[in-house]
Amino acid sequence: MEGVKITKESDARGSFCPGPLMEMIRLVRSANVGDVVAVISGDEGSKKDIPAWINKARYELIGMEEAAPGGTRIICRKNH
Amino acid sequence: MKKILILGGGTGGTIVANRLAHRLRPEDAAIEVVSDSPLHYYQPAQLYIPFGEEDPRKIARSERKLLNPKVHLRTETVSEWLPEKQTLRTAKGEHLSYDYLVIATGSVPCPEAVEGFVAGADHFYTPDAAYRLYHKLSEFEGGRLVVGVGGIPYKCPVAPLEFTFLAEAFLSHKGVRSKTEIVYTFPLNDVFQIPSVVPVVRALFERRSIRAETFFNLESVDAEKQIVKSLEGTELPFDILVMTPPHKGATFLRGHPMADNDGWVKTDRNTLHVSGLPNVWALGDTTDLPISKAGSTAHFEAPVIAEQIEAAITRQEPSPGKATYNGHVTCFIDAGYGKATILDFDYAHPPAVHEPDDFRHLQKVALNKLYWYLVPTAVI
Repeated sequence: MEGVKITKESDARGSFCPGPLMEMIRLVRSANVGDVVAVISGDEGSKKDIPAWINKARYELIGMEEAAPGGTRIICRKNH
Repeated sequence: MKKILILGGGTGGTIVANRLAHRLRPEDAAIEVVSDSPLHYYQPAQLYIPFGEEDPRKIARSERKLLNPKVHLRTETVSEWLPEKQTLRTAKGEHLSYDYLVIATGSVPCPEAVEGFVAGADHFYTPDAAYRLYHKLSEFEGGRLVVGVGGIPYKCPVAPLEFTFLAEAFLSHKGVRSKTEIVYTFPLNDVFQIPSVVPVVRALFERRSIRAETFFNLESVDAEKQIVKSLEGTELPFDILVMTPPHKGATFLRGHPMADNDGWVKTDRNTLHVSGLPNVWALGDTTDLPISKAGSTAHFEAPVIAEQIEAAITRQEPSPGKATYNGHVTCFIDAGYGKATILDFDYAHPPAVHEPDDFRHLQKVALNKLYWYLVPTAVI
């Protein structure tokens, strides 16, 4: 995601559901409003679970991108 | 002579100590358990205190009496661990050295970590808290009961579900169920973290008119207005709120280089070695492994560690089958009304869950009674 400055990122590869989702929740809890946080997950389920949680919590899903090797970076803005 | 230190006098630490005492000669090793309490608590019994089915004064026994006489028990709190010096410091300022170390200090419920929890919520994770809840439920004449999980990971993953089922049955027997709404909250997008368990739980919820509120990550409790709030913005009013508090590892492990900020120790999923330390192991709730924090986990892990320590001291190769943990966990789910089901699984095999029945409940009741004679003593 070019132009997006990530405030905090956590590499959760090697942990499985619900680890990466709980890691995203932990990052969002500790972030300030306006911060952008990201989790790298190697668990396929995270591509569905984490965006679903971001939507439920009414935060902003900035995007998902491949984070080699074997991971997906899921980026979220704490917008309220 | 080698010195084996075992931190924690719960299920895991006690089994490791007793197995080693059975198998090693006193001239080969000195075995010491360091525990912050002289008592050993059978924690699954706490679930039954709020319903008057267990007496909080009768769920603990002397750790000394459960330990093999060859094991020395030191009742002290560990305040610091220095792995590079193979030393621990106690709250009294004593230094304890070791050749082999087993960390079985468990998990600690932390209600104070959530704003308003202590003033507004109840739980059953200590005997005193469970007894306070017993009084509240006894006097409850109907209203809204909210039960939920306040953070992952937590001790005994099925306990909040069991509490919900038992509370529903308790309120039915009391004659106030028709005047009570029961809501169950969970941090994830469904009612439990293991997908194969969900259909059975959902079916029970449906039959017993229990409503689920998912993606509910506990944020705060307003004790005055009796409202519980989630990070996702959901607000639920309540008359009684029973929340599983967030849990953390032992205080001296929080932020330690061998653990994460919450004190969960970095542990190899198969050997149970603490990361990079060949003479240190962790088990039970203490670890950062993504498996159940439960007594049965510690029960199945303890022989794996005992096998490795025995092999190291007797200079033999450990038996590969006995020195590797495969993720085995067994948990009963008490569904209320005298019925229960069982979850049995490991790293490779998720649990196949069946409808609760009388036989499984009988097994659970029997285990609760026989625990003292069979489990910490390492008979099974």
